[in-house]
Formats: sequence, structure tokens, C-alpha cells
Amino acid sequence: MTSAEPVIQTTGAPRVKRTRRSRMRIALKKAPLSAWFGMGVTLCYILVALFAPLIAPYRETQVFSEAFAPWSHEFMFGTDQLGRDMLTRLIYGARNTIGIAFATTTISFTAGVTLGLLAAMYRGWPDQLLSRAVDVLMSIPSLIFALMLLSIFGSSITSLVLIIALLDSTRMFRLARAVGLNVVVMDFVEVAQLRGEGPAWILRREILPNILPPLIAEFGLRFCFVFLTIAALSFLGVGIQPPSADWGSMVRENATLITYGDVTPLLPAGAIALLTVAVNFVVDWVLHSTSGLRDEK
Amino acid sequence: MKNSSGTAREKGTDLLKVRNLHVEGFSDERWHPIVRGVDLSLKRGEVLGLIGESGAGKSTIGLAAMGYAKPGCRITQGSVLFDGVDLLSMTEARRRRLRGSRIAYVAQSAAAWFNPAHRLLDQTVETAVAHGIASRDKANSDAIDLYRRLQLPEPESIGFRYPHQVSGGQLQRAMTAMAMACRPDLIVFDEPTTALDVTTQVEVLASIRRIVEDFNTAAIYVTHDLAVVAQMADRIMVLRHGQTVEEADTRQMLTAPAQEYTRTLWAVRKLAKPEIQTHDHILSIDNVTAAYAGRVKVLVDVSIKVPRGRTVAVVGESGSGKSTLARVVTGLLPAISGSISFDAKPLPLSLKERSKDLLRRIQMIYQSPDSALNPRQTVEEIIARPLEFYLGLKGQQRDRRIAELMHMIEMDEGFLDRLPGELSGGQKQRICLARALAANPELIICDEVTSALDQIVQEEMLTLLMRLQRELGISYIFITHDIATVRAIADEVVVMHQGKVVEQGLKTEILTPPHAAYTELLLSSVPEMDPDWLTTLLARRKNQGIASAAG
Amino acid sequence: MLAKRAARAADGAPLGIRMRVNPVAKTVLQRLGLGLVTLFIVSIIIFSAIAMLPGDFAKATLGQSATPETVAALQHEIGLDRPPIQRYFSWIGKMAQGDFGSSFASRTGYRRTVAEIIAPRLYNTMFLAVMTALVAVPLALGLGILAALYRNSWFDRLVNTVTLTTISFPEFFVAYILAFLIISRDTFAGTQFAQSLPVWLAVSINWTLNVVPKFPTLANISDQTPFWEHVWRAALPSITLTLVIVAHMMRMTRAAIINMLSSPYIDMARLKGMRPMVIVLRHALPNAWAPIVTVVAFNLAYLIVGVVVVEVVFVYPGVGQLMVDAVKSRDVPVVQACALVFAATYILLNLIADIISIATNPRLLHPR
Repeated sequence: MTSAEPVIQTTGAPRVKRTRRSRMRIALKKAPLSAWFGMGVTLCYILVALFAPLIAPYRETQVFSEAFAPWSHEFMFGTDQLGRDMLTRLIYGARNTIGIAFATTTISFTAGVTLGLLAAMYRGWPDQLLSRAVDVLMSIPSLIFALMLLSIFGSSITSLVLIIALLDSTRMFRLARAVGLNVVVMDFVEVAQLRGEGPAWILRREILPNILPPLIAEFGLRFCFVFLTIAALSFLGVGIQPPSADWGSMVRENATLITYGDVTPLLPAGAIALLTVAVNFVVDWVLHSTSGLRDEK
Repeated sequence: MKNSSGTAREKGTDLLKVRNLHVEGFSDERWHPIVRGVDLSLKRGEVLGLIGESGAGKSTIGLAAMGYAKPGCRITQGSVLFDGVDLLSMTEARRRRLRGSRIAYVAQSAAAWFNPAHRLLDQTVETAVAHGIASRDKANSDAIDLYRRLQLPEPESIGFRYPHQVSGGQLQRAMTAMAMACRPDLIVFDEPTTALDVTTQVEVLASIRRIVEDFNTAAIYVTHDLAVVAQMADRIMVLRHGQTVEEADTRQMLTAPAQEYTRTLWAVRKLAKPEIQTHDHILSIDNVTAAYAGRVKVLVDVSIKVPRGRTVAVVGESGSGKSTLARVVTGLLPAISGSISFDAKPLPLSLKERSKDLLRRIQMIYQSPDSALNPRQTVEEIIARPLEFYLGLKGQQRDRRIAELMHMIEMDEGFLDRLPGELSGGQKQRICLARALAANPELIICDEVTSALDQIVQEEMLTLLMRLQRELGISYIFITHDIATVRAIADEVVVMHQGKVVEQGLKTEILTPPHAAYTELLLSSVPEMDPDWLTTLLARRKNQGIASAAG
Repeated sequence: MLAKRAARAADGAPLGIRMRVNPVAKTVLQRLGLGLVTLFIVSIIIFSAIAMLPGDFAKATLGQSATPETVAALQHEIGLDRPPIQRYFSWIGKMAQGDFGSSFASRTGYRRTVAEIIAPRLYNTMFLAVMTALVAVPLALGLGILAALYRNSWFDRLVNTVTLTTISFPEFFVAYILAFLIISRDTFAGTQFAQSLPVWLAVSINWTLNVVPKFPTLANISDQTPFWEHVWRAALPSITLTLVIVAHMMRMTRAAIINMLSSPYIDMARLKGMRPMVIVLRHALPNAWAPIVTVVAFNLAYLIVGVVVVEVVFVYPGVGQLMVDAVKSRDVPVVQACALVFAATYILLNLIADIISIATNPRLLHPR
């Protein structure tokens, strides 16, 4: 054959250093309105939660003489059944409710993802054992399971966090295992094995970067779910216990006001709903843009 | 379609006239052109071959000839005159009456295009009954007749099976019977044999050709395989980027293509290298038997020797165990018995027992570069890792070596910051090659490395591999199912069938007769560019009385 | 022949017997067996609840009336003085006969068995669940299929946005909004907000509110409540649950249908010139049972969870509310019984869904 001068493949463009950060910035620029709304709202909630003592007009458990006071200049949203300022309780509620839900999700995410990925990588009997255990745990509705466990261990914050984290980690485990399995069968993982890389390197460098986007999106979804579960438990009176301010129990304690056509009890419920809607919007966008990250040419 | 005697059939009046066709597809949040102004005409009883590389728009044109656009696509301009009436401007109800009855479709992977919930017979007669062309009983007996004509085994009863109960080759014929049920004027064949093994392909091609001739049906035959289209079409149209490159009668197109692009398509077939014999072996596989956990043996008593600095091509169909061979050599699937020696020293059978240096010396390249490159790592990260891992290169040394490697694979350094998703298929495969080269290997196992690539890109890749062998003295084990590729690169050839080595030797010895029986079947089944190849082959097989293994 | 049979027995069946069973029957049996095993393990977990009780539980429960004798009597009653395995089997044996033990809460006065507490509640909960499912399932499937067929239309977009918002709402939020609307019928005109609005707007809002039927916001049900009265009083809880379930189920149905309509064999049916109705009924539907049934079962199971909260909001006397009260008073036998009822229903629903999927799978129905 004739060995003609090889044609060099060129990019046709000057070399531009593209870092992960610059790719991220491009993705952010393309974010739709709903995602911006979601991120804005979530940020507000986080700020309120962090700086609650600075923003709140009164102390968390400060009691005033009048219970169920109407909205006024002194008490913007009135007072609750014990005469505590509603607005203050709402602000501190952000701190307690979001904080506990976040801690729970983090624990469940870490445990579930770690075990799920290990199961996907090593397969064999540990995978079988974990998967069957998860099947059984998931065969009981988690709210029911949580109620049962709470009846035994009592409704302390610690048991609440641990119980919900345990139940929720089953779902994280399943997802992490499934996406992990999808990546583990790819040839580039085999290439790394053939090269002689250790399992830790393979997990960190080859597998994790590929499954991070769906996992982060799932973190958001799980956060919403945990948040709603804790709110529901608190609403039922077996979650976060008084005197801590918490949106779920605030709804229950002030529910009687509804019968007089007063919207006040809907405020904490609305606060819960708004945050979940916001997080859902962000998650929706992350899921869409993870595929888009690659084809910006 | 050329008939068996080689003379052109009598052609009728115009059947299909496509004018200025434009089709767009939706991806990345916007519409992209797929077909850009294609004209096409077809007479009754004529077969037109549409040929082109991936992304040429040939399948889209095939569907548009039925007035159909896949979900996510839209026909934006042009007209499709079928028997004088524009399919695009008529009502959906009228189009529906034409589809199935006068224009029919045969898809690439019949397994997915048949409804899993219904029997083959019910699906075959569905159109005829629904369009009121035949009664159920008449349609049933006609279907059985079609099955017989298409040489399906047990034509009386095969229709009572479900799609998952018959083999791929049989399904493809059943789908042809389904298309033929209403005796349409036009059938669109969309790569009907691409997913089949070569030995099965021959028989399906022969069946399709015969039945289309019998009923004087016009056809559009879409394929990427030049040799196949040469057997099936009266006329060939070459497409590229959604536009017509040229169009001519089959024989003229094969002997005297007018356009440069067409000539490059033809060129890969001519790539060949003289073999060189060497008795210095770098790898020797002796009596190796392997099986996947507790199941049937996939390799039985296999012995292969790989000469140093040369290429051994391992040829076989799906299920022959050729890819398992690669897994055994790399140690991913340790052999149950037998031994392997590398550079005259025994090679531990399991990957875990091999030293880092041994791992470095044997590298592997995969069929699908999409799967072999981590989509989240840049080209630089991908190539740098073996340099750091095996050779401990850092800083400037590392960067210099990366630049050298990029030069070796004929790509410029601008690609280093790209992610694999931003590269073309051929470029990705080059990066895989660079990653293997980074380890300074002595042996590279190439597992079907060119079969996912378009022909022109294949040729570039093969040329590159051969140049690197000359310059660096690397040995290759080249696993492939494609005989043209074997001709292009091999020094020695190993033919495998059902986990065993059928034949082994120098390329010319294996590729010239006399052959072992299976080698003969395999080699003779590979379509050639000669338009009379299928006719001649069928006549020869008939004379020799080679029983056709019904695909 | 014999040798062949022996070889076959050796490679397949662990029991040494290889029956020529239809794969569907085989898979269904496997699934049933798995369901039973799951139920068994779940019952063990629920049973262990008692074993996990803190040591001074008897004392804490009896409170003032704790004497060494009463404590011992209670521990005997719970069975803390016997080995756990023996206790489990006597417990599960009694459960199987419908004897769920007796409630802790009734200790001092007269004994109340868990069964007699649960039975009427269970009827009420089932009543609510069935009533909701009858409305929600057809509604959700219909909307889901329509949204899938008219994908990306304004209808699809609207339904999508509404459902995405609804699934983000806690059940009690939806419940109280509904309750608030009902109450506003009477109170709206008197609020400061209404008085600050222009008269025509206030009047029309008031008029709109009055269109809403005056559903009872508290669901007072007893054994004597007549059937239609029961339906009327359970309306608001049922509507709440319907809203929540429909959002989930509709989204999942839409996704399942879109996924199936993108199958090549649907394209083939179009290319064969089949009418849309034929495509849906003959080509899509036979393959759609499995995904649709899975979606329905998943959401009915979700309904169980929703029931708990909604029952509490509307003070509907069902198992959910009973369980919440029992958790608060730490009445473990009642909690156990409720949990077992919920878990069994949940497992049963999933089992039915799996069996329907198996029984409609052509690959299993017609083996090679």
C-alpha cells in the first residue's frame, strides 16, 4: 500500500483550557427560570435557617400573654396556642426541620451509596445478603415502619434521625447499586482493572464521576422525601417534640384555627410545600443538564 | 433486482418519485437537517440500493419513501409521489390505506420490530385482513405459501410460534413474508441482514432476492455494505450527509464510480499487506480450555502462537469464542486448564497474579470506544494515567510523552482538553490506541476495533495500526469477523468455530483453497463486490450439494 | 432415557425432582414463596419490637399501680419470661387465628383485645381506601394515557406542572387547604381580606366558594352510619387522597406509556397502516399490562401511607389514626397489629402486581 502523508486530525480551534468549573458555569448559564427560582428559594431557606437568631423578632420559646392572637404589628402572624410568636416559630422551624432532614439525608445517602457501590463492585454473597435485606425492609411502607420503631424507642431526635436514615438508605442503596452496575460493566472499568488499578482508585476515579449527577439528583429527591416524612411524623405528634419549633407540629397545634377560617396554620404547611417544590425544580434541571454537560461543542 | 440468469428484468413504468426531500431531526433542543434535498425515482420491479456511512440519512429516506417520519423527526419539504399521488400531502387515513398494502417495510432487527405478544402468523396476515384484501383463511394459507417460498423450516407450523421462539435469520425472513403478504408494489428493506452472521446472511439474502423477483416487487434496499448492495440492487445511490453523491447502474457504479468520495468508499476493499513469517513467538497459548462460572465450556483445547512483531487475526462468527480468547489472554477469565507463555516465560493465568510490568506489556483495545473511554475524563487524563501508573512520569516528561503519543496517533494537542463525548468515533478509537501505546506494550489485543467504525475511518485506523507495527514492532492479536480486515492486516490467521480452532496458518495458506469445511463455508459466505457473486455461489453450492444450515 | 432424566435432575432441581411445570406457574409459585418468606421475616421484625422494649417498660407502663406482682404479671402477659423463639411461635400462631393479644391501654379496667379494637377500624380504612381507589385509578390511568398520547401538548404541560407541584405538597397541606376552602364558604364574607377587595370580586369569590358542596370537615363515623352517609362523610379525606395519588400515578402511567409507544413494534404497526385504535388496543395494550399494573400497585401501596395522615387530619376512625394514637401511648401490641395489617396489605398488593406481570409476559406464557 502507499504510505501517503498521514492526515493529522485537528480541532480546528485554538487550545482552550476547559476546566470543570468553566463547564459548570456554562451549564448554569443555560439554567431555565424554574431552576433559578428553585435555587433562589432554597438559598433563602438556608440563609433563614443559618441566621435564625438574628432574623427572628423574639426568642424561640418566648411566651406572651395572649394565645392565638390575631395578626398585628407586634406579632406579624399572630401567636400560637401557647402565646408564642408565630413568625419567630416559623423562622426557628426552618432551622430545626431543614437541619434534621438534611442530617438524616446525609447519613442515609452516605451509608446507602457506600454499601450500594461496594455491592455493585464486588457482587457475590455480600451483595445478595444486602439486597435481600433491603427487599425486606422495603416491603413495609416506611412511614408505618417508622411509626412502629418510634413506638419502641420513643420520639427523641436521635432515634428519629437514625430510624428515618435507616429506612431511607434502602432506596439510596438500590439506586447506587443499579447505577453502579451500569458503570461497572463498561469497558473502561475493565481497562482500569487490566491496568492493575486498585478497587479504591477504580471506585473514586472511574465509577464515582459517572454516577455522581444522578446520585446528586437523587439526594435532592430523597431530601424532599425525608423532609416530608419528618414533617408528617411531627404533624402526627411523634416526630420532633416540643418545645422545639417545627413546621409539622405547628400545623397540628394550630389546626383548630382553620375552623374559624384563619389561614395561619397553612403558613408552616405552605413553607414545607414551597421548599419541596423548589428542590424538585432544581433536581429536574440537574437531571436534564447532566446529559447536556457533555454535548456543548 | 438482477435475476439468476444475470440479465436485467423488464422494468415497468415509474412507481415512486421523490423530489427535493428535506427531513429534520430533533436533538439538543433544536432541529438539525438529516436529509437535504434528495431526489429519487424508482420504476416498477426495480431495486434501488441506498448506500452511505452512518449519518448519511439513508434509513430516514427509506422511511420517508413511505411518507413516514420517525418520532422526533419531521419531513419539512419536498414531495413523495407514489403511483402519481403525493404521500406527503394526502390525509393520514389515505396514507394508512397505502401502508402495508402497497408499500411495506422490513426492519433491521426483526426481534425488536415484531410484537412480542402475538404469533408470527397473526402478525403476517394482519395487514391483509385489516385492509380487506383477503379473508382470514385465505391470508393464512397464503402466509404459509410465503413461508415456504422463503425457505423457512416447517412452513405449516412456524407461524404459530411467537417471535422469541425462532432464530434471528428466521425472524428476518418472517418479516419479509409479512411485508409481502399484500403483494405490495414497493418494499423498503432497511439493513435487513446487518445483524446476522455471514453464513446466515447469505441464505437470507438469497431468499429475499428470490421472492422479490418472483413477485416483481420494486424495492429500496438500504445498507452500508457495498458487497451486499451489489448483489441486491439494479441501481445504486451513494449518500453522504443527507445528500446524493452520485447514482448509477450497479455495474457501472462498481467499475467506474464518478465521484472521489465513492472511490474512497471502495478503497478499503483493496487494502492488503504481504505477510511475513516469523518463528520467534511472543505469546504461546497451549491447550487452553475456559468456561464461564460452572457453565458450558466456551473454549476447548485451544492452542495459538503469536509471532513477535506480527499480526495474528482470529476469525469467527458470534459464539465462536474469539472474544473469550481475549479475556483468557488478559487474565480476566482464567483458563481452567492449559498454559500460556509470554516472551518464553509462563504467564500466570489469573490477572491478580500478574505483576504490574507484565500487565503493562499486554494491552487491549475494545470494539466500542464509547464504552472503553470514561466519559468524565479528558483525553489528557486518559492518556496520562498509564504514563503515571506504569512509568512514573511526571511534569514536563509526562507532557512531552503525551505530545509524542498524540503525534503518533495523528491527532493534534488541541484535543487534550476534550471529553470523549466531543470526539468522533474514529478519534475516540485513536485515543484508545494512544492509551494502550502509553504503556509501551509488546502485545496489543484488538477486539473488533474497527467494526463499529465507518469504512473510510476503518481504513485510516488499519493503516495507522500497521504503521505503528512497522515503527514500534508491536505484535497484534486481531479479533474480527470481517475477512476484508483480515486481508488488510494479518500475517497469520486463526479460524475459530464453537470454541475450537478450525484452522491456523499463514494468511495465504488459509485464504486460498483447499480449506477446511467450516473455513470454506465462512469464506464463501463473505459477500464480494462482484454483482454476480451471490448467483455464482448459490449455483456452486447447489452443485456441490452443500446443505444449507437454515438460518 | 433414564440417564438423560437423571442428568437433567442433577443440573436443575435442588430437590432431585424436576417437574415439567409451565414456566408461568413456576414463576408465580416462586413469587408466592418469596412473598411468604418476606411476610415471615417482616413478622419476625415486628415481633422483635416487644423484645427490644427497654427493661423497665412494664414499670413505666403501669406507673402508679406498679407493684412487684403487677409488674411480674405484665411481664408474663407480654411473655418477657419465656425464651424468644417459643414466644414468637405462640405469637404468630395466635395471630394466624386472629388473636392479636390485648391492648396495654386497657389493663387496669377491663381487657380489650386488639382484634376487637382493630376490626371496625380496619373496615373504615378499607372503606376509605377502596372508595379512593375506585375514583383515583381510572382517573389517573385516563389522564396518564391522554398525556402520553398528546405528549408536549398544552394539556400535557398543564397536567405535568400541576402534578409536579401536587406531589411536592405534604398530605396534610392538601387536606387543610381543602378544609379551609369548605370553611371559607361561611367565613369568607366576614374576613378583613374580603372587605378590602372590590365588592364584585368578593361577591364572585364567595359565589365560587358556595359552588363547592359543603363536605363535612370532620369525618364522624360509627358502626351505625348508613352507607351513603358514610360515603358523604368520608368524601373530603377521599378527595385529599385522590389528589395526592392521582398526581403520582398519572406521572408514572405517562412515563410507562411513552416508553412503550417508543418500541419499534409500535412503529411497525404504524408502517403496516393500522388504525390508531388498533395500535393501542392490539399492539400496545397486551404489552402494557405489566407496567400499568406495577404503577397501580405501587400507588395503592402509597395510599396506605397517605391514609395515616389523612385520617388524623379529618379525625376519621381508621387503622391509621389508631396506630398513631397507639404509638403515642406506646401501646405496643396495637402498634404491632396495625403494622402487620399494613405490611401484609402492602406485600399482597405487590405480589398481585408481580403475578399479573408474570401472567401477561409472552416470553413466559409461550416458552421456547
